[in-house]
Amino acid sequence: MNYEEFLLDLLGKDERYVILTAENRAAMRNLPGKIKDRFIDVGIAEQTMVGIAAGLALRGRIPIVHALSTFLTMRAFEFIRTDVGIGNLPVKLMGAFSGFLSEANGPTHQAVEDISLMRGIPNVNVFSPSDEEDMIIGLPKVFASPNPYYIRYTNLKSILKHNENFEIGKSEIISDGTDVLILVHGMLLKEAIEASRILSDSGRSAGVVNMRSLKPADENTLINICKNSNLVVTLEDHFLTGGLYSILSEIIVKNRISCRVLPVALENTWFKPALLNDVLHYEKFDGRSIAEKINLELKKIQRPEPQYSI
Amino acid sequence: MKHKKAEAELRQIALKVREHIIRMSTDGGCFTGASLSCTDLLVFLYCNFLNINENNLNDPERDYLFLSKGHDVPALYGTLAEIGILNKERLNNHLKTNDFIYWHPNTKMPGIEFHSGSLGHLLSVSMGVAYDCKLKNQKNKIVVILGDGELNEGSVWEGILVCSALKLDNIIAVIDRNQFQANCKTEELIPLESLEKKFEAFKWNVSSCNGHDFNYLDETFSSVPFLSGRPSAVIADTIRGKGLPSIEARADRWFCNFTHEEVDLLLKELYTQEKTALKSETLIVR
Repeated sequence: MNYEEFLLDLLGKDERYVILTAENRAAMRNLPGKIKDRFIDVGIAEQTMVGIAAGLALRGRIPIVHALSTFLTMRAFEFIRTDVGIGNLPVKLMGAFSGFLSEANGPTHQAVEDISLMRGIPNVNVFSPSDEEDMIIGLPKVFASPNPYYIRYTNLKSILKHNENFEIGKSEIISDGTDVLILVHGMLLKEAIEASRILSDSGRSAGVVNMRSLKPADENTLINICKNSNLVVTLEDHFLTGGLYSILSEIIVKNRISCRVLPVALENTWFKPALLNDVLHYEKFDGRSIAEKINLELKKIQRPEPQYSI
Repeated sequence: MKHKKAEAELRQIALKVREHIIRMSTDGGCFTGASLSCTDLLVFLYCNFLNINENNLNDPERDYLFLSKGHDVPALYGTLAEIGILNKERLNNHLKTNDFIYWHPNTKMPGIEFHSGSLGHLLSVSMGVAYDCKLKNQKNKIVVILGDGELNEGSVWEGILVCSALKLDNIIAVIDRNQFQANCKTEELIPLESLEKKFEAFKWNVSSCNGHDFNYLDETFSSVPFLSGRPSAVIADTIRGKGLPSIEARADRWFCNFTHEEVDLLLKELYTQEKTALKSETLIVR
């Protein structure tokens, strides 16, 4: 089932759902004619779309709104924060082309601070699925939740069979590892799995965790991982500030855990615009580059830096 | 059909609402000028136009009023108190931590449909409500009060454009056209005229009227929606500070924090219309 079929099925079962879009119809080409008045295209007007969604939610609807992540979370930020956040209304915000998925659009279209912005708003939860199958496994509970939600929309095809038991605030353990644990969210899961395979070829044991729910985060699993791993990697197509690395850091400090963490994220600059695979290679977020970064870090652990005394 | 109150009774209610506003304009103060300009509008709408009362606040078929220029909420609280939706005693809690009567509206207060304060939000929120009413074939009227200064916000014009595209003829936008924004005259800072033509160009049906004359208001609102399939706009010509000659149409009397002595004098001024000599601070920025 793809996203459009999922929506059609959902709208058929539950009158409360209404679809809105700011002229972003890629994920729903055939939907408008089938759901008629429960499809609202406001044109390129993200602020108005979020305001309308808040009004619909006041009347008991569950609006699912669609726009490019940058314009949804940044152009309409104050509408999300003020109307949806303060109102604590069950508006579901589907952000398309987030992170590396914006490919060659350039920095205007790069949502690499979206998670930071959305999770900073009280009441607003965040779901970052790795691919379309993962997303559709999670959406029934995410949409049925009374909370406002930001979802990093993806239409990528899955490379594995996901665990179909999705719970809000729970991650998906893809594999266990004894040398290193890679925490990842969104489209980089594929690269994390590739990195783990490369590491195992060279005798390292690397586990992979698909975070799925970033807010609320899977705190208990993260605490266990940090307590029992020599090295934890956070991997994300997001700025270092405010994303998974920040989420993990907050949990570590709050729970007074000591843990070695290697962040792999965008550090203080937007990424080179190009087609997806070229972006991954250029920015060193492909599986091989990630494995190399992890190997370097593991070597530091095995050969501690010499201690000098003055 | 709503039982309409006579003009003389509306005048008496409006005087009472203005008394509430004056009493809230001390011990921290409030946006007095902006509140007094829309007082007659709100009294007219609640008494003689909208199907909203203390018994139907949760009825999905009630009418809705959204106060997008949220800083004039003392006028709304005063009106809600006079028509029995809000307990008058609570107005004594203005700015106190034991209640929720602060400088902008919030849904902890009865009769407040949605919080506001950030300008340029509630046209789109009211459009969502209006859209759902139409989906359900309900005949509710959705009124949204906008300030003229608020029309500087781009999101208002985005909403005006989308509202006519969605053919929301159950929306009535009322512009409190008091000619001022914060500390400047609108036409000297960001000119709005010709405002009627602007709305018409966006495919709204527009009517202007004196926003302090209950007969004109009645005549204007009796014909909304002005045209099926189009949203309606009423440009209500008003006077900032209306009712208190000593602060009327003054750029420096937007937010007022009077002394207790001044409040007593202004309560008299409201009835005598003789100017009081005011010494309290002007040009307060909030």
